Amino acid sequence: MSANLSSLFYLLSGILFILALRGLSSPETSRRGNYFGIAGMAISIIVTFLTLGNFGFGFVYVLIFLLVGGSIGAYIAFKIPMTAMPELVAGFHSLVGLAAVFVAISAFLKPEAFNLGVVGDIKLASLIEMSLGAAIGAITFSGSIIAFLKLRGIMSGAPVSFKGQHFLNLSLGILIVFLIYYLCISQLPNIFWSIIIISFLVGVLLIIPIGGADMPVVISMLNSYSGWAAAGIGFTLENSALIITGALVGSSGAILSYIMCKGMNRSFFNVILGGWGATDQSTSSKSQEQKPVKNGNADDAAFLMKNASSVIIVPGYGMAVAQAQHALREMVDALKKNGVKVSYAIHPVAGRMPGHMNVLLAEANVPYDEVFELEDINNDFANCDVAYVIGANDVTNPIAKSDPQSPIYGMPVLDVEKSKSVLFVKRSLSPGYAGIDNDLFYRDNTLMLFADAKKMTEEIVKSL
Amino acid sequence: MEIDPFIFRLSIFILSIFVGYYVVWSVTPSLHTPLMSVTNAISSVIIVGAIIAALSGSSFNIFETSNIFGFLAIILAAVNIFGGFLVTQRMLQMYKKKKK
Repeated sequence: MSANLSSLFYLLSGILFILALRGLSSPETSRRGNYFGIAGMAISIIVTFLTLGNFGFGFVYVLIFLLVGGSIGAYIAFKIPMTAMPELVAGFHSLVGLAAVFVAISAFLKPEAFNLGVVGDIKLASLIEMSLGAAIGAITFSGSIIAFLKLRGIMSGAPVSFKGQHFLNLSLGILIVFLIYYLCISQLPNIFWSIIIISFLVGVLLIIPIGGADMPVVISMLNSYSGWAAAGIGFTLENSALIITGALVGSSGAILSYIMCKGMNRSFFNVILGGWGATDQSTSSKSQEQKPVKNGNADDAAFLMKNASSVIIVPGYGMAVAQAQHALREMVDALKKNGVKVSYAIHPVAGRMPGHMNVLLAEANVPYDEVFELEDINNDFANCDVAYVIGANDVTNPIAKSDPQSPIYGMPVLDVEKSKSVLFVKRSLSPGYAGIDNDLFYRDNTLMLFADAKKMTEEIVKSL
Repeated sequence: MEIDPFIFRLSIFILSIFVGYYVVWSVTPSLHTPLMSVTNAISSVIIVGAIIAALSGSSFNIFETSNIFGFLAIILAAVNIFGGFLVTQRMLQMYKKKKK
């Protein structure tokens, strides 16, 4: 196949990828969008084979490796529980990053295969592109591995920080830029390897200071990085499908990071430069005095909700941990039978990745038109009888609206306290991730239900 | 004067960033998780580079170092392609409207 013709086909796959993302603007069109994406991928792969025209011995091996990888991927996709989506996505990002590194290494070792010059005399532009692709790919890889370990609970989610951390990161960043420059004049393989190794290190250092609840930002950021790495390789290979995809994924991840940061009213740099937990210990220890709370049980909760005319459910990460989404749906079904109007309110940063709660509710067969985003439902709390907070905490804290001293001041929160009564399912009174006490616990209209989210919800179902 | 092809690629890149910007803002927040998994799947189009790397050189000596890196990259990208699209499909199947 001629180079011009194959370029047109690569452009076509790029357009199909754009349509795949476009489809996600509503659940109805999303499935068709996914098929566009698959078609785009198939076209890219087939065109690559036809352009190379090499259907010998190697081709068979390529197919075998493709099938091996494909079966592993398919197995994971069918087996993974929906609660594990954040770590799955983090794990997948690491693979894209590593693949980018491997392709860059291969191009560096055998530039003739990619029309980039010969060993020791690679074109300047290509050298810059491939080393940038390799560096970003390496950062994506090691950063995603750390994110994966933290989300999986293998590594503690607490922020790891040490003195001079930011200075070290900055110096390593500058060192990478300097090494790329030096690589361009010297073409020495050792410099290329050093760039990759230092980038692996930067990825680790970049993610370890970030705490568990900031993971939505981290995952989105790594998503963005994997895109930029792909784009870097796309420039090296002069392939428009890769360039278009890289740009799409890069900007998609960047927008998601922005939305997540906005959901916490924090700047991107504030998140990246370290967690809340480290700086706010003083505020949390101050407010340790005993305040009276109203303690309730499942029967009280069932009674309150059965007699309500409308209930809003506020799910958070705790619901995912307790796997309470199915029990929750049963509870809602029982309530609906009693003529109660039920809707769900989702905070943008609820859970460990963007849209995490929506997927879990969808898994439990909750229709998506009963699930609302913060800005669409926040006014309804004032007219609602019961708010059922399950596994959420900081995102309901009214202090974010009242106390300018609070670290979460200005963060958009769900106006849960405006509803007639609040049922708060929580295991203890301990503060949430931000390390600040939730004023809501001590309000007169709040009933605390101290239990595991799933157990409590199941008990409520029973007494309904 | 001739324009360097690099400039054309740069133009595609920059325009695609703008396309991505507008397309992604129109994605409904409830589908942000599938958005992440599908972007992950499509970024595995890097497999194109992996295939070129794996099949470079003569067909009798396909296990030079550079080819091996290509083959490894094929496996990684293939896990992502199949895993990413299938898990996205699985998620999207779950989004249902209220039964009237």
